[in-house]
Amino acid sequence: MKCVNGSEIIILWSGEGARAVPLAGHVGFDSMPDQLVNKSVNHGFCFNILCVGETGLGKSTLMDTLFNTKFEGEPTQHNQPGVQLKSNTYELQESNVRLKLTVVNTVGFGDQINKEDSYKSIVEFIDTQFEAYLQEELKIKRTLHSYHDTRIHACLYFIAPTGHSLKSLDLVTMKKLDSKVNIIPIIAKSDAISKSELTKFKIKITSELVSNGVQIYQFPTDDETVAEINSTMNGHLPFAVVGSTEEVKIGNKMVKARQYPWGTVQVENENHCDFVKLREMLIRVNMEDLREQTHTRHYELYRRCKLEEMGFKDTDPDCKPFSLQETYEAKRNEFMGDLQKKEEEMRQMFVQRVKEKEAELKEAEKELHEKFDRLKKLHQDEKKKLEDKKKSLDDELNGFKQKKTAAELLQSQAQQAGGSTTLKRDKERKK
Amino acid sequence: IKNLEGYVGFANLPNQVYRKSVKRGFEFTLMVVGESGLGKSTLINSLFLTDLYSKDYPGPSLRIKKTVQVEQSKVLVKEGGVQLTLTIVDTPGFGDAVDNSNCWQPVINYIDSKCEDFLNAESRVNRRLMPDNRVHCCLYFIAPSGHGLKPLDIEFMKRLHDKVNVIPLIAKADTLTPEECQLFKKQIMKEIQEHKIQIYEFPDIEDDEDSKLIRKIKERMPLAVVGSNVVIEVNGKKVRGRQYPWGVAEVENGEHCDFTVLRNMLIRTHMQDLKDVTNNVHYENYRSRKLAAVTCNGGVDTSKTKNQMTRSPLAQMEEERREHVMKMKKMETEMEQVFEMKVKEKKQKLKDSEAELERRHEQMKKNLEAQYKELEEKKRHHEEEKSNWEAQQRILEQQKLDASKTMEKNKKKGKIF
Repeated sequence: MKCVNGSEIIILWSGEGARAVPLAGHVGFDSMPDQLVNKSVNHGFCFNILCVGETGLGKSTLMDTLFNTKFEGEPTQHNQPGVQLKSNTYELQESNVRLKLTVVNTVGFGDQINKEDSYKSIVEFIDTQFEAYLQEELKIKRTLHSYHDTRIHACLYFIAPTGHSLKSLDLVTMKKLDSKVNIIPIIAKSDAISKSELTKFKIKITSELVSNGVQIYQFPTDDETVAEINSTMNGHLPFAVVGSTEEVKIGNKMVKARQYPWGTVQVENENHCDFVKLREMLIRVNMEDLREQTHTRHYELYRRCKLEEMGFKDTDPDCKPFSLQETYEAKRNEFMGDLQKKEEEMRQMFVQRVKEKEAELKEAEKELHEKFDRLKKLHQDEKKKLEDKKKSLDDELNGFKQKKTAAELLQSQAQQAGGSTTLKRDKERKK
Repeated sequence: IKNLEGYVGFANLPNQVYRKSVKRGFEFTLMVVGESGLGKSTLINSLFLTDLYSKDYPGPSLRIKKTVQVEQSKVLVKEGGVQLTLTIVDTPGFGDAVDNSNCWQPVINYIDSKCEDFLNAESRVNRRLMPDNRVHCCLYFIAPSGHGLKPLDIEFMKRLHDKVNVIPLIAKADTLTPEECQLFKKQIMKEIQEHKIQIYEFPDIEDDEDSKLIRKIKERMPLAVVGSNVVIEVNGKKVRGRQYPWGVAEVENGEHCDFTVLRNMLIRTHMQDLKDVTNNVHYENYRSRKLAAVTCNGGVDTSKTKNQMTRSPLAQMEEERREHVMKMKKMETEMEQVFEMKVKEKKQKLKDSEAELERRHEQMKKNLEAQYKELEEKKRHHEEEKSNWEAQQRILEQQKLDASKTMEKNKKKGKIF
């Protein structure tokens, strides 16, 4: 579209097609970015770095050097039982810009004999921060505007300066982290490697990362303002760094350096190490992009997986889109139905148990009655037998009585006769 | 706060933000509401220094239909390398009927539907870049009666002040003298306060210079504006203005009206804040109302719902599930207890009845045994008696036999005599 009157052109469309209309002067829309910037400066910035690497690779020293300040903490020993994550938040200010910086260190990484689970606590930590943000985002009454974002924006992965290749622990860990966080691999304590070894080392590392499918953070090249410097820097990865908070006098300046008998390694000398490159890329050029990528890519992935896990979908079976209300209502109905079903099941189970127990008890009762019926019957039989015996005894008694009576009658008759005979005899005798 | 020695580089963050925002581009939706003939279209054209509305593309006052409409036009603005998608929403027919009850409803519906679109987009599982079509600012035009607000003005602002940033404007301010205008403004602000209407408030800025400016703006509220599509030459300068026989009312002259104040505030200084307030306050209110309705089912019990508001609906469901599980457990233990108790009762009853039957049976058995014993006794007695008697009888028989034998003997002997 052409420029008219020195001002830009408006293109309109309102159902009748587009048309170009000139701006007759300076309206002031170009102040929008400034308004936005002012607001964010007033609000303050926030950045969270995670340092992953074995104990003794100079993680804390590098952080101190990068941010020109002494952060808290004492050097850790090698006897940690597992990998822990320690985080510290600092409020820094540079000119008028306030930064809330959180540095998270992995303590004990690589110190165990069995390192299979080393990456787990790191992944868990990152997920926990995502979860906290997700929960805030899902609240009914939420305050996202003032929420302190604890999600990890950049992960500096410290590679030991062996000069050969990546350790298997490195590959495993980075593979687990590359879909969750922006990984920037750096070669630590690189003053132990000579220049020629370093080139070979970098090539080896890069090829190993590629062949293992590890996605490290690429400095963005879509914005023309920074595309060139970013793409150049992408070629220098992984950065070989040296950290030092001690200052040495070189010429008439005090510079951060490490002093050896054979010379002095100057931290900010780009011939000596890639420290300046790291600082440029991490802080001065791409800090905002790292934060943005974390939010729009890594967090979205986490959120999507979490919601799908909980059964949320964007479309119903007929591929029509759900509205939020429908989704929540559906979920809620499902949930309520589930609860009701459970309740019903429990009730049914009880009803069943009661029925069973009742039947059991009835059975027992029946058995009892049967038993006693049997006993009763036995008793009846016994009684009958007794009755019979009684009867027979009575009969016998009667019979005996009769016999006895008859016999006695006879006897008495006989006696009478006998008596008369005896009397006769006696009479005769007396004669 | 640690102030750093030596260069770190995050002071460049604002530039990074600047760069990214320019790349992304900006969006803004402006709504214009007022009765017909108040100069809304003219003002828009003046604000944006272009003929958005013209003969071929008439403004809302010339498009009145039977009912109040809400219509939008999109404009893509490029200025100084900055790209802005501007949506102008106007409401032809507002306040022009004889009966204007509920003429605000289509406006409310429009605002809510844009919030709903945003809410749905924000709540999807797969989220893409969400266009922000929410209404960021509503310019409400007040007729320059000079007396006070009309009932419709009050009603509209009361219903919309908690849904959108309302900026009331006195239209066609060139019909009021400065004194009349002052009185009118005072009266309007008084009525606004009386009815507890919350119009858009300019945020206080820490910067001293700017805060003075802000205070000046606040004193001039509501802004009295004049618009013009015509450029006139005044003292050799080309200005936008309205030509009268008695002079020219200049649109951009601060002593003639507050137009420049409006333009500066709306476009040059507070456009971002209008968006932020829409996002952080109005939209959040809409969202929490909507979600509360879904999860709390109307939320009658206020103490309970207050607690629920601090959770996400999912956490809410989790909580409900936990409560339900506890309730079920309790119910289960209760039912278990009742069950056990009843079983115990029944078992006890059974035991008792068994004992009773046992006892009775024992009793009967004992009875029977006693009878048996009695019988045996009787029998034994009888046997004894019988054997005695039989023994006796045998003796008697023997005696009798002996006697008869003797008698026989004697008889034989006797007969011999």
